[in-house]
Amino acid sequence: MESVKKHLSDFLKYRYLLYNLISRDFKLKYRRSVLGVAWSVLNPLMMCAVMVIIFGSLLGGRGTGIENFPVYLVIGQLMYTFFRDSTTMAMGSVMANAMLLRKVYIPKYIFPLEKICFGLVNYLFSFVALIIIMLITRTPLHATVFLAIYPIIMMFFFSLGVGLVLSTLVVFFRDVIHLWEVFTTVLMYFSAIFYAPEQFGNLMLETVIKCNPIYWYITSFRTAVLDGKMLTFNMVWICGLCALLMMAFGIWVFRKNQDKFVLYM
Amino acid sequence: MEPIITVSDVSMRFNLAKEKSESLKEYFLQLAHGKLKFDEFYALKNVNLEVQPGDFYGLIGLNGSGKSTLLKVISGVYKPTTGKCRVNGTIAPLIELGAGFDMDLTARENIFLNGAVLGFTPKYIKEQFDEIVEFSELHEFLDVPLKNYSSGMVARIAFAIATITKPDILIADEILSVGDFLFQKKCEERMQKLMSGGTTVILVSHSIEQIERMCNKVAWLEHGRIKMNGPTEEVCDAYKKTTRDNEKQQ
Repeated sequence: MESVKKHLSDFLKYRYLLYNLISRDFKLKYRRSVLGVAWSVLNPLMMCAVMVIIFGSLLGGRGTGIENFPVYLVIGQLMYTFFRDSTTMAMGSVMANAMLLRKVYIPKYIFPLEKICFGLVNYLFSFVALIIIMLITRTPLHATVFLAIYPIIMMFFFSLGVGLVLSTLVVFFRDVIHLWEVFTTVLMYFSAIFYAPEQFGNLMLETVIKCNPIYWYITSFRTAVLDGKMLTFNMVWICGLCALLMMAFGIWVFRKNQDKFVLYM
Repeated sequence: MEPIITVSDVSMRFNLAKEKSESLKEYFLQLAHGKLKFDEFYALKNVNLEVQPGDFYGLIGLNGSGKSTLLKVISGVYKPTTGKCRVNGTIAPLIELGAGFDMDLTARENIFLNGAVLGFTPKYIKEQFDEIVEFSELHEFLDVPLKNYSSGMVARIAFAIATITKPDILIADEILSVGDFLFQKKCEERMQKLMSGGTTVILVSHSIEQIERMCNKVAWLEHGRIKMNGPTEEVCDAYKKTTRDNEKQQ
């Protein structure tokens, strides 16, 4: 109880640092570019346009059978990008701030947490791109869109858990950086971003895809925004449980090792 | 009076980088060969130290004697391998100034960032902003990225930020050796002023004159152990004597 209270007051004291670091990342990302902040909307918009053109027409067939394929694709793509970018940034965050951590006392989890928050901010900006594409395709707006908050929040905590584990591992083994890059590429193909798992008629493959938490976050989002339906019971508990377990695992790994960080950086 | 800092029986062990495995393959290779042993090195060994509120404590010793490590243990950067370190109060660390600076940001942005690193609220920094600028004498350069600054200018800003608050403990690691002599004098004055306000200071310096001038107690570290600990005059005399003897021998 005592230590929980101490952690809480520590976090409250350093919440401004969190805010400052996010605003720094944001400023530096767009400094010296002509269009500036507009890129945070333009970039996902253009990426999505490319994806829609490639998977919707050039590689033909993939989009058939899926209603409103552009929006279907964009939802998946944006959510997956959020996961990949935020975890990748979080992975290097502790190492990148080695100089600081060796000199001043700061709660170390601030850095992975900050990167996941920054990823979330970018993700929220990319919603403008989603809205634009929904307007172009004349997708009806359902009252259930607000339910999409649930998979987003759960995805945030899931990513945070993953980020904590990765940032710990990288301190001891730099190899993880390369492995994670390969792993996220594999993950992309198993997240049902530009296809529906039922399309293959292969039960094995379908099962494998459904073991992927990212698939569940994306599907929940699509159900709420695209289909205008309530989240199913399965969606609610799988999204929640994955986030909870990953967070618990992340905190455990990070706490167990954080005192050794300074000796290895 | 209850000591404000109690360092009891602290040892700090480092694994020397020689066998540090940077990659998974190396790690398993070494594990397989049973070579995953590190050369152990004690930067601090059974150190005991008590600092009373209001003390101006000096730490002296040769390079690599563990002075900086001790400061980092006290400020909470290192967790001691064995032993305990208890601190009752807020610490403003001046360990290598400007550690929290981002060279791509402007001075103005860095003041807020570095203040946050030290745990200040934005409101507080805003209130103190003018004083920081005043003290660091950098009015015209506020919106220039820090990478275009000279190291002395960076040090000024860092010192100004770290000392705007009234911390219970100020930890200073050879910071006074930066900047021109005018600024050094200004820093010393600022530290004396903090002292008179009840702040406890721990100072590491290679300038024995500076230690004699400013400190009331001194601890002399050698090879990670405290060799001598007590009033400034006694310790400094002994230290100077040994240094002279060493020079004579050479």
